[in-house]
Amino acid sequence: MATKFILEFEKPIFELEQKINEMRSLDNDLDIGEEIEYLEKKMEDLRVNVFKNLTRWQRVQIARHPERLITMDYIKNMFEDFNELHGDRKFGDDHAIVGGIAKFQGTSVMVVGHQKGRDTKSNLYRNFGMPNPEGYRKAQRLFRLAEKFNKPIISFLDTPGAFPGIEAEERGQAEAIAHNLLVMAQLKVPILIIVIGEGASGGAIGIGVGDRVLMLENAWYSVISPESCSSILWRSWDFKEQAAEALKLTAPDLKKYNIIDSIVPEPVGGVHRNPTQMFETLSKVIREELDKLMSIPIDVLVPMRREKFMNMGVWKQG
Amino acid sequence: MAWFVRSKKNIEKSQHRDMPDGLWTKCPSCNEIIYKAELEENYFTCKKCDYHFRIGSNDYINILLDEDSFEETNTDIRSADPLKFVDTKAYSDRLKVSNGKSKLNDALTTGTGRIDKREIVLACMNFSFIGGSMGSVVGEKFLRAGLQALEKRVPYISIAASGGARMQEAALSLMQMAKTGAVLAELAEAKVPYISILTDPTTGGVSASFAMLGDLNIAEPGALIGFAGPRVIEETIKKKLPAGFQRAEFLLEKGFLDMIVKRREMRKTLIEVLNWLE
Ligand SMILES: [Zn+2]
Repeated sequence: MATKFILEFEKPIFELEQKINEMRSLDNDLDIGEEIEYLEKKMEDLRVNVFKNLTRWQRVQIARHPERLITMDYIKNMFEDFNELHGDRKFGDDHAIVGGIAKFQGTSVMVVGHQKGRDTKSNLYRNFGMPNPEGYRKAQRLFRLAEKFNKPIISFLDTPGAFPGIEAEERGQAEAIAHNLLVMAQLKVPILIIVIGEGASGGAIGIGVGDRVLMLENAWYSVISPESCSSILWRSWDFKEQAAEALKLTAPDLKKYNIIDSIVPEPVGGVHRNPTQMFETLSKVIREELDKLMSIPIDVLVPMRREKFMNMGVWKQG
Repeated sequence: MAWFVRSKKNIEKSQHRDMPDGLWTKCPSCNEIIYKAELEENYFTCKKCDYHFRIGSNDYINILLDEDSFEETNTDIRSADPLKFVDTKAYSDRLKVSNGKSKLNDALTTGTGRIDKREIVLACMNFSFIGGSMGSVVGEKFLRAGLQALEKRVPYISIAASGGARMQEAALSLMQMAKTGAVLAELAEAKVPYISILTDPTTGGVSASFAMLGDLNIAEPGALIGFAGPRVIEETIKKKLPAGFQRAEFLLEKGFLDMIVKRREMRKTLIEVLNWLE
């Protein structure tokens, strides 16, 4: 897939790719053909090598790639009969969290997720994926609706954080998130969580408590962004790379600490390099997970979900 | 988001406030010079302007519980520095310094006790321990104390004082929010009362989890309570915040607190609440 946005560490790959394309546009003589073949192999090796050895900060950059798929892309491409449901029935309709009823391969589900924008205009409309309290309350309303009609919930996490604004505080950002944590621990339907991009802080976990937590290979999930962490602990914005390393915020890190259940592989180079492949992979995973969760009696599943979160953390005793 | 911006700034301040060295101390609100013995007699509040000084679990236990009724639990749980976190300083060193200065294991003290002869389980935060931040130890102790209240079927009372989640435990800290929510779900279903007392400050991951989930949410006057710290909000909106923003009185007005109770009246209020619950 052609891409307009090239990350710093991807530059050598794209330079090679450009060179190959230039050579291709020349006449097809045999000598060049061999050289192209050689360069293509070199490019592939380089690509595999770069993306096998990503630093944590590089993964954060992929998770924020302007062309990375966002919640509505997954909804449109993996679900059928999606009907968006709006509003918290209390204050308004938050555009940074979307949700609605949908069919997933014939199964009725409630799907909810943080929604970022694609460009400046849509990002302003979506508040860059940073919800206000009514977003969390809309999500909770949809969760309850799903519970009432016994439909499983799928929640996509992708936010730089809950919005830190005056109105958000006035309307109880803390209470809205806190209440969701309680409700999601109680819901009597299966809940599948998928971290697709950025999982930043309370704003992410506010719709992130579930029976299974999956994470895309290059997504990140932590208590704070590397930039904010740098500004607080290093007292400078310049230590984001170190902060990303220290926070251990990647999917493999989180798997190690049992915070997530499994990692969903991305196409080489990130989701945006091959959306079709990503939809296929993720659809397969969702199908398997839903089937498993739906086969567990709910009076077993809910205590298991609580147990899962009650076990989280690492400490010493004695 | 940056829950810690404010708390970090306050760590140094609070240590002065918590343990002033001389015989006299100055009220940070009205600058009144107060004789320390008098301050303690007055529930660590300023006689002139009613400013509530930040205090720790030992003082709250003395103020709220029946004399000698407190029995501390979970004293052997300590932070393991699971991520081997290092910024300008190693987390393990920060822990050592905090352990030494505060004589506390971590930012939460749990135990059983009585209020007017009624048994309760208490979980009280200590802001002096790394800004009262919630990491794995705070989450685990909050959970165990909650389960103990559930088992005994006695009211669970928490006192929050926290800048938010503990950055040095990253995602593990974040998960503690869900962990406290999970145990409170159990209490709610068993109809075991949970009373949340919010003191200065209660922000970030603590306000966005157990502190806001009380059957009753009770705050001390003037306490800063919010999700995002004031500095983060000012940086985001590029404006000065209005006076009184995110203070307990503001939250009461916006509908997120049941009541504001002065520290000197907190015990009496709790007795009346426990009485009503019986
Ligand atoms: Zn004063």
